[in-house]
Amino acid sequence: MYASLGEVIAQRAGITNLGVEGCMLAGACAAYIVAAETGSPYLGIIAAFAAGGLFAMLHAFLVVTRGANQLASGLALMFLGLGMTAFFGRPYVKVQITPLRDYAIPGLSDLPYLGSVLFHHDVLTYAVFPLAGLLWWFVFRSRWGVMLRAVGESTESAFAVGLHPARIQYAAVTFGGALAGLGGAQISLAYAATWVENLTQGRGFIAVALVIFAMWNPLRAMVGALLFGGAVALQLQLQARGVGVSPLLLDMTPYLLTIVVLLVWAQRGRDAFPAGLTKVFRGTG
Amino acid sequence: MGILPLHAGRWLLCLATVLAIGLLAVACGSDDESETTDGAATSPAAGSASGAASAKTTVIGFLYVGAVDDGGYNQAAYQGQLAVEKLPNVKAIKAENVPESAEAERVMEQMIQQGATIIFPTSFGHLDPAIKVGEKYPNVTFLHQGGLKTAKNVGTYFGASWEANYLAGIAAGKATKSNKLGYVVAFPISQTLLNINAFELGAKSVNAAATTTVVFTANWCDPAKISESVKNLKAQGVDVLNQHQDCPGAGIQAAEKAGMFSVGYHVDGSKLAPNGWLTAATWDWAKLFVDLVNQVRGGTYKVSQVRLSMADGAVKLAPFGKAVPKDVRDQIAATQAKLLSGQLQIFAGPIKDQSGAERIAAGAKQPEVTSLEQMNYLVEGVIGKIPN
Repeated sequence: MYASLGEVIAQRAGITNLGVEGCMLAGACAAYIVAAETGSPYLGIIAAFAAGGLFAMLHAFLVVTRGANQLASGLALMFLGLGMTAFFGRPYVKVQITPLRDYAIPGLSDLPYLGSVLFHHDVLTYAVFPLAGLLWWFVFRSRWGVMLRAVGESTESAFAVGLHPARIQYAAVTFGGALAGLGGAQISLAYAATWVENLTQGRGFIAVALVIFAMWNPLRAMVGALLFGGAVALQLQLQARGVGVSPLLLDMTPYLLTIVVLLVWAQRGRDAFPAGLTKVFRGTG
Repeated sequence: MGILPLHAGRWLLCLATVLAIGLLAVACGSDDESETTDGAATSPAAGSASGAASAKTTVIGFLYVGAVDDGGYNQAAYQGQLAVEKLPNVKAIKAENVPESAEAERVMEQMIQQGATIIFPTSFGHLDPAIKVGEKYPNVTFLHQGGLKTAKNVGTYFGASWEANYLAGIAAGKATKSNKLGYVVAFPISQTLLNINAFELGAKSVNAAATTTVVFTANWCDPAKISESVKNLKAQGVDVLNQHQDCPGAGIQAAEKAGMFSVGYHVDGSKLAPNGWLTAATWDWAKLFVDLVNQVRGGTYKVSQVRLSMADGAVKLAPFGKAVPKDVRDQIAATQAKLLSGQLQIFAGPIKDQSGAERIAAGAKQPEVTSLEQMNYLVEGVIGKIPN
């Protein structure tokens, strides 16, 4: 969820970051290492935010400053993240951490069936919902959002009206990566509470797919993330209830749905598509 | 612009990264990358030369699909390598994170370049690459873990972990209060199905009402999915978890957090669950690896499918946790004795599958291991469907 929100922001500035997976891994690994060393998962969250941001900044540097191909840079970042976290995380494979605590919301969490599913989570999970609203307001209602979208549509025009496209893109990509880092931390600190190589298992790519599905809207990205996360959770839950479903089939639903969205909403999709995603601005801003 | 000073930092990061990757490559044991070009011509000669005189140092290569400290499958096999290394005149080379693809062939050829005459490809999917490389190097012996077929110089070995899971099932059947057990597994391979079935049969032998719910994650190691599955099972009232995953650690911790009992796999994971730990089916490859290496060096090894059991000590039950009371421990010990003496056969008929159909006829003896390893059904009492 965090990762797709972050990618929405980055792509709104006209930069695709295929390296979300790498940022998530960096965040997950950094969070785990810090949590293991300090004993505090909350410091781990901060580390994840920083690590994810730093990683994405590398992407911003290559793409914005050096004018590198976005797709190549993003993929390189993904593999770099995989290798680096495998290397640095190695000594921590056997180390245990104090995971993030689940907090039940009094009253609501006792509701039958959905109660424990909806109202019994860690702080990161609760925080993502207001964050999505905030980001929606930021993108569509704030002055900063206008600047962000202007840069994403046309760096030239934005530059012409006195904005600094490169700075805004740096900020957007870095912030996006930092959010992806939080997404990684959520896995390593809350869900899995362990570190292994390639912990995120391709979830970063789902995030990228979700952004297209959500048509670059933070709120829709949330709905999509819940839907897709829900599909995976549902198939595991159906199995736990003794209903036979193929886990392989359900694991590909995010991608299938994205293709369907691309087919059906092609025209509307084009309208929402930040035009700047297709090119790289070489101004001096 | 304001962010310029950061550029230097980023370059440093790049540099550090390149260094890190370099180190990683070395750590993975592929240190003679530059000499790999024309292997086929030179190394059969090298292989037979060192094979002829067994008093000389024997080089042995080990391939692992994951990391050797994964707290699971690979760690167990690595313990075997360590035992082999203690032999005189032996040099071991290991390669971790070797994918089950043509990459494995390349790694094995490199090991042969370094003089390896015995190779242990330890992952299920390393078998076909080993057979391929074996055709090229007839003087090298390959000993594959878990393989269901052999070649002229490729033998296999494995162990009946399902025997230990039957005993773990007894502990689980006694511990459960809801009579609902859970099993989180990766893929429906026959060895997994054997484990699940034996676990359920073991539980049922002491608790007729016990059922086992299976969840397939379709991944050998995805801790987030494992934890999610554990939560779901818990929500369904399941209070004992067993797993067939390469990295069972996450699941054991999730079960402990949820207040469930837990059965591990591959290695002893009791430290992860001080309250809920029951036991685990674990491997002890040390003796077998040493025996096999000695046979190959002495020229007495014959290609075969070695299948060990609890009786050989290759499959063991991990130490019990405090959640297993004395009387249950005694009962398990008694059952284990019957199992070792052959008095008890886990898959003796009648064995019925989930639909109630009789798969092993009443009165029939337990089939041979090779035919058991073809198992493609779940027994009565297991809830969940085999995905296709």
